[in-house]
Amino acid sequence: MSFIKKPIARHPNLPKNKLGLTRRDYEGALSTLCAGCGHDSVSSAIIEACFQLSIPAHRLAKLSGIGCSSKTPTYFLNKSHGFNSVHGRMPSVATGANLANRDLYYLGVSGDGDTASIGLGQFCHIMRRRLNMVYICENNGTYGLTKGQFSATNDKESKSRKGVDNMFESIDLAALAIQLGAGFVARSFSGDKDQLIPLIRAALSYKGFAFIDVISPCVTFNNHAQSTKSYEYFREHNEAVGFLDVIPENEEISVNYGEGKSIEVNVHDGSKMVLHKLNKSYDPGSRRKAIGKINDSRDKGEIITGLIYLDQNEEDLHDTLLTTEKPLNQLKKKDLSPGLKKLRQVNKSFS
Amino acid sequence: MKPTKISNPEYFHKVVDCQWACPAHTPVPEYIRLIAAGRYTDAYMINWESNVFPGILGRTCDRPCEPACRRVRVEDEPVAICRLKRVAADYKGEIDHLIPKAPEQKNGKKIALLGAGPVSLAVARDLMPLGYECKIFERDPVPGGLMRTNIPSFRLPEEVLNEECDRIINMGVEVQYNKEIKSFKEFLKEDFDAVFVGTGAPKGKDLNIPGREECDKNIHIGIDFLASVAFEHVKKIGKKVIVLGGGNTAMDCCRTAIRLGGKDVRVYVRSPKVDMKASDWEIEEAEMENIPIYENHVPKEFIHENGKLKAVAFEKVKAEYKDGRRKLIPTGEPIEIVECDDVLMAIGQDNAFEWIEKDIGIEFGEWDMPIVDRTTMQSTLPKVFFGGDSAWGPENIITAVAHAHQAAISIDLFCNNKSLKKRPQPHVFLESTKMGLHEWSYDNGYAEVDRLAVPHADPKVTLADRKVEVELGYDDRMAFEEAARCLNCDVQTVFEEKRCIECDACVDICPEDCINFIQNADEQELREDIRVPALNLAQDLYVSRKLPTKRVMVKDEDLCLHCGLCAERCPTGAWDMQKFFYFGAQSHDGCKK
Repeated sequence: MSFIKKPIARHPNLPKNKLGLTRRDYEGALSTLCAGCGHDSVSSAIIEACFQLSIPAHRLAKLSGIGCSSKTPTYFLNKSHGFNSVHGRMPSVATGANLANRDLYYLGVSGDGDTASIGLGQFCHIMRRRLNMVYICENNGTYGLTKGQFSATNDKESKSRKGVDNMFESIDLAALAIQLGAGFVARSFSGDKDQLIPLIRAALSYKGFAFIDVISPCVTFNNHAQSTKSYEYFREHNEAVGFLDVIPENEEISVNYGEGKSIEVNVHDGSKMVLHKLNKSYDPGSRRKAIGKINDSRDKGEIITGLIYLDQNEEDLHDTLLTTEKPLNQLKKKDLSPGLKKLRQVNKSFS
Repeated sequence: MKPTKISNPEYFHKVVDCQWACPAHTPVPEYIRLIAAGRYTDAYMINWESNVFPGILGRTCDRPCEPACRRVRVEDEPVAICRLKRVAADYKGEIDHLIPKAPEQKNGKKIALLGAGPVSLAVARDLMPLGYECKIFERDPVPGGLMRTNIPSFRLPEEVLNEECDRIINMGVEVQYNKEIKSFKEFLKEDFDAVFVGTGAPKGKDLNIPGREECDKNIHIGIDFLASVAFEHVKKIGKKVIVLGGGNTAMDCCRTAIRLGGKDVRVYVRSPKVDMKASDWEIEEAEMENIPIYENHVPKEFIHENGKLKAVAFEKVKAEYKDGRRKLIPTGEPIEIVECDDVLMAIGQDNAFEWIEKDIGIEFGEWDMPIVDRTTMQSTLPKVFFGGDSAWGPENIITAVAHAHQAAISIDLFCNNKSLKKRPQPHVFLESTKMGLHEWSYDNGYAEVDRLAVPHADPKVTLADRKVEVELGYDDRMAFEEAARCLNCDVQTVFEEKRCIECDACVDICPEDCINFIQNADEQELREDIRVPALNLAQDLYVSRKLPTKRVMVKDEDLCLHCGLCAERCPTGAWDMQKFFYFGAQSHDGCKK
């Protein structure tokens, strides 16, 4: 880790967003992760996405569990709300927070251990419930903090740094997410910000459960020649399904990709997503085809990236439970105790 | 763009903005680090080797390094490089044993140096250790030239000046004082292997407007006045003094005048104040002494009564700029009459070469100036060299020193019958500063400190005695704090393509967004395509060879803080912080095998 403070000096010509802030206003503390860790690039992509969306820092809550990945919320958006929870239990905390105040952006950051091992149960149920949040799994296939054991997402053919075989099948988090009801499922790579930043922007704009599985190499334990989650392996085996453009509200779509090659989606916040498909026949609106595509690529030894599945019918837990529109902290006594007349009405409805 | 050739020493040299801007290429960051470490003697010696007069320059330099300082672009105020140099001079220890000695056995070559100003002294310093016999001829009874006659003692105390002049003369230089050369033709008959002319630009410009002759008694040429004060021929001046001119000499004149009894001293400048030639800090000092500066006033007439100066008549003008040229247009306001007892004219200096006959082989060009080779300092008469203000008109001390180094190299080559065009190469080395995982042999943190003001002596004392130095200089604590502001631009970010895994860590951490990994293009396109467009065309782009993803690394050198975070966050050591040391060639490098 670096011992010096990140210099406060910044480029005078940095672009400003609608709030008059620069990207650097969205930074956090200097990272204490290993130099070259993919997670730092993900943090940087989150910073850029929030900057581009002009999100006021106090309107976002960042949540995490335990692990290298779960340390990262310290390294971005240092003026936002944050909750560093128990290992694998970030979904519970996110659910509670979201039910109490539906007006915030919820950004969960987790890792493959936190998500696919200790927290797998919580992960499954939060997707079933379609909680309105962005869940980013920084996936490096290894337990970095405990010195490099295989995690549940490490591919079976991927050996350890010292050449030890991996005995178990891996969990494909993206396939699992589609299966269990996530409405927005993507996969990306920490080393490809051109792809990752638009995905995070789109996920933050999406209403419902948005999951991004980010392959984020562990430079210390899983970036060697026999790893399938190294910078080099990923760059050689990456198969993008398409590019995503996020068009802000009131802006025209300027690029024409040609008939059948792009899908336009109106997002509930007024912006538009344009998915430019590399393969005409690919339909990201079908769960069955999306899962099939993941499996096909896997069989070919490729890693599919981009926006893999999108449910355009945006719906979240609040819609299902018919909860109050207002955040709980804004409810007045009158709202909570509406009086005898109202109570009688309620009671009458049961008779 | 083609990959940057970092093996060319001038590439990294240019990144060290201060050193690049310094005519003598003093290794500034190196001596600032030594000052921070309390190694004042070492800091002084680096300066002495490079610019010969650290104590003098630490007080009087025109500081081309400071506007160039990267800190100006990063946060406005440059590092106080000049005043740190003074710290090295003030606090240095014993240095006599570090000064090179002239060999007892001479090489048999005799060099004449005309004028005992900074340029001739510096030539002598470079040549003496090589065994040359140097003889200086000086008009005045003391050495120093304009450093003594034109710079007042309240800016440059005599002791400092004497110390640094004597250090050179004590190497065994023969000086003939009170000797003005009247005929160069005659002089050249003497037995010298080479002659160096460093006689400066000793003639102050005059202003021929009505009343000039009649009021001659009370109208003084600025530099002559300052010289007379320095030699104590003049000890007082009238109550009301008008100084004409907006350069540093004007500032020295007005500040000297209030020390000699002037009560109402005013400066009148033809141009707007922003166009004044004086350095900002000199103007500031004059204003701190409550001397008003009136802009846009053109003197039209010296008004006199009974043969005595009464007042100066000024026409008011305004400046108009067209095609980069300034025109002063009269505003039509009534002529302003300003009463005065004395006028000091500091409106420029000229060279005076009436003592050089036109038929001796020295060709003269424009403005009656000798034709001098820009690199070799040689005139059209091969054994005669020029330097300092006498080469191309008034410049400054540090430029004179730079000329001196080149002239000394040329004289040495000339005396050894070698080609003057084959210049010796600078001393350069590049070495890693890495000491541990995240430890470097320099302090890479960014100091969030504003430039420290130099403390001043009590004006009651300084205004009463022209010999009391106004600036007190930094104490050791302040010097340490100010030194920490230096960004260590000589510690270079060196990129090694074959180690890079393109993880983006350096891009993410760089506080100034200098680093990019993008598709290569031509320079103009690259300048636009990077994260924050590189609009400062004076600063280079550092471009790598092609990386595995077919992209290149492009670094905009403009605002790099040299904080080393790119190297600290690099997992493979593709970035390294390497100290680049550049020391310009001097005469002892010239004839080496």
